[in-house]
Amino acid sequence: MTINRRRFIGTAVAGSAALSAPMVMADGHAKPRVVVVGGGAGGATAARYVAKDSEGAIDVTLIEPSRAYYTCFFSNLYIGGFQEMASLGHSYGTLASAYGINVVHDWATGVDRDAKTVALAGGGSVPYDRLILSPGIDFIDGSVEGWSQAAQTAMPHAYKGGTQAELLKAQVMAMPEGGTFAMVAPPNPYRCPPGPYERISMVAHLLKKTNPTAKILVADPKEKFSKMALFQEGWNDHYAGMIDWVGSDFGGADVSVRPDAMEVVIDGEVTKVDAANVIPAMKAGLIVERAGLTEGNWAPVVPATMQSRMDENIHILGDATSQGDMPKSGYSANSQAKVAAMAVRGALTGSRVFPAKFSNTCWSLIDANDGVKVGATYEATEEKIAKVDGFISETGESDDLRKATYEESLGWYAGITADMFG
Amino acid sequence: MRRFFPLSFVLAAGVAATAGWADQIGNADTGAVLFGDCSGCHEVGAGAQNGIGPHLNGLFGRPAGGLDGYFYSSGLARMGGEGLVWDLTTLNAYIENPRALVSGTRMSFGGWEDPQERADVLAYLRRYSDDPANIPEAAPTARVSEVDLAPDILAIQGDPAYGEYLASDCKTCHQQDGSDAGIPSITRWPVEDFVVAMHAYKQKLRPHPVMQMQAGRLSDEEIAALAAYFKDLE
Ligand SMILES: Cc1cc2nc3c(=O)[nH]c(=O)nc-3n(C[C@H](O)[C@H](O)[C@H](O)COP(=O)(O)OP(=O)(O)OC[C@H]3O[C@@H](n4cnc5c(N)ncnc54)[C@H](O)[C@@H]3O)c2cc1C
Repeated sequence: MTINRRRFIGTAVAGSAALSAPMVMADGHAKPRVVVVGGGAGGATAARYVAKDSEGAIDVTLIEPSRAYYTCFFSNLYIGGFQEMASLGHSYGTLASAYGINVVHDWATGVDRDAKTVALAGGGSVPYDRLILSPGIDFIDGSVEGWSQAAQTAMPHAYKGGTQAELLKAQVMAMPEGGTFAMVAPPNPYRCPPGPYERISMVAHLLKKTNPTAKILVADPKEKFSKMALFQEGWNDHYAGMIDWVGSDFGGADVSVRPDAMEVVIDGEVTKVDAANVIPAMKAGLIVERAGLTEGNWAPVVPATMQSRMDENIHILGDATSQGDMPKSGYSANSQAKVAAMAVRGALTGSRVFPAKFSNTCWSLIDANDGVKVGATYEATEEKIAKVDGFISETGESDDLRKATYEESLGWYAGITADMFG
Repeated sequence: MRRFFPLSFVLAAGVAATAGWADQIGNADTGAVLFGDCSGCHEVGAGAQNGIGPHLNGLFGRPAGGLDGYFYSSGLARMGGEGLVWDLTTLNAYIENPRALVSGTRMSFGGWEDPQERADVLAYLRRYSDDPANIPEAAPTARVSEVDLAPDILAIQGDPAYGEYLASDCKTCHQQDGSDAGIPSITRWPVEDFVVAMHAYKQKLRPHPVMQMQAGRLSDEEIAALAAYFKDLE
């Protein structure tokens, strides 16, 4: 990055504003410190934007236990055979080397909001002037009767990145001829509203090739779901007779599982299955709850800045928040991260702050070259992030348009991962 | 494929009604002479073949990038997939400034500034389309440039610092380094091309729902700010 005139002016303005702002932080530390917990769609983006745009004026520490982040986005395409698992993994190397971010591979175990420190599982703690939490989701124990984290090997959730998706795919591949795959879909709100249905499509795509007489059974606690008309049209066109979706009107909410026996019980009817994907009800990542920042299952935030409603020194992003109209998606978390990064820099260095703008688009793949999308733009109001405008793919679109939509999703994946990890 | 077409046509008509364009269709004979600028690459008429560029028989009503046997730029193929169909409105915009309508087109032609020249060439090409039903003989509706922007909109000096913040929203999909697989590059465009393209989305003349939505919420100043920022991006 060279210093051109624009950049020079920008820095000079920030510098003069900083003179009047308190440069010496509470404990006499020279540079303001931002700590980010969680190196996913929200956290990695926020760390990168704070570091990049403050040009060394802010110390950024990113706390994330994994050495590589495996995106949940496109993990369904991995199951369908359209992506390699290796291409879904991203390292934190560039964030450290090119942006000077201090990447700490550890779990955050607690937040002392009075002392403004984050405790680490490996011992010690990290002080902050502003804290950004983007820990994603955790599952609600007991939300699917008979399932607990202990059962996630027999019946994977595959709803966090990495090995769970590999396990699920292996189990689908190992199904006997004409066997049954079952999914227990989650209740609202949950991460990636079209995710379970894209997954059904990708499992169907895989089975159609390897095991065409196999059956797919979906128990859903909801009456309807994201892009429902598009998915149902696609399932009819590509996978006729294969998928049995049982919504709440037909007992889909009354479900329990028996992982030891590989049985799923829907509305009292027992089905023996060969592979099962249980996606339980969700809540904010545990660290947010431990920090005392949740109300119910999620963390309420101030839309204009993504600050916690309970602590102005803490910003919360992504799936963990309750913010209003945005769906819980990687795109949303990335969008919210940029608003938070701007607000954090404004507060710590006096840099310019602009009105928050958010957006989201979620692409889903139904079959080879059959992509669909839904999206919207949002703005910050006092009480919530409010939808401004939106669109959704239509049923009956041409093959060319569906193919262009799929290719666009590949471009989006390259774009967002470059935006997160540099 | 054509679901955006009627909408953009109606809007174009709305713009044109106030724009005061000449309401005569162009002069095909003058157009035949002007076509000399195109004939190095494009053939038209009996026995026309694809050459450096695709042949132009049956052009009106054809989806962009829609000729079998011609290898189009990914930009043109993409716009075709998204629903761009060649008619008088879209062709007029394309030959005024090819790159502003179709990012990444290989057509190395700077464009005709003079609306009369464009009308003449299109009147000539129209002779070689069987069913030019979508070309009203003397309707003012079909005579608009891609977007009709007041000079003061084009003259706005964008604030690049604001553009940098707004651009963070673009970069979720459009890569800063100019990669363009699946999604076009928007890095280092001339300011005017950028502004015209964004207004074309805003007026729903360009056929892409995400971009129509994104551009739809941007003010004239915000579009100028983005153009100013992306112009010098490294
Ligand atoms: C199957 C599937 C498909 C999807 N497809 C799409 C899609 O196509 N498009 C889209 O936009 N979104 C998609 N999503 C949703 C997307 O993955 C999430 O919405 C997004 O990752 C949320 O970002 P986040 O920052 O809130 O959480 P995450 O990206 O999950 O990041 C959280 C990070 O925090 C870390 N962490 C958690 N707790 C701690 C702690 N105590 N200390 C330190 N680190 C911690 C975790 O290790 C993790 O790396 C999909 C999700 C799934 C499951």
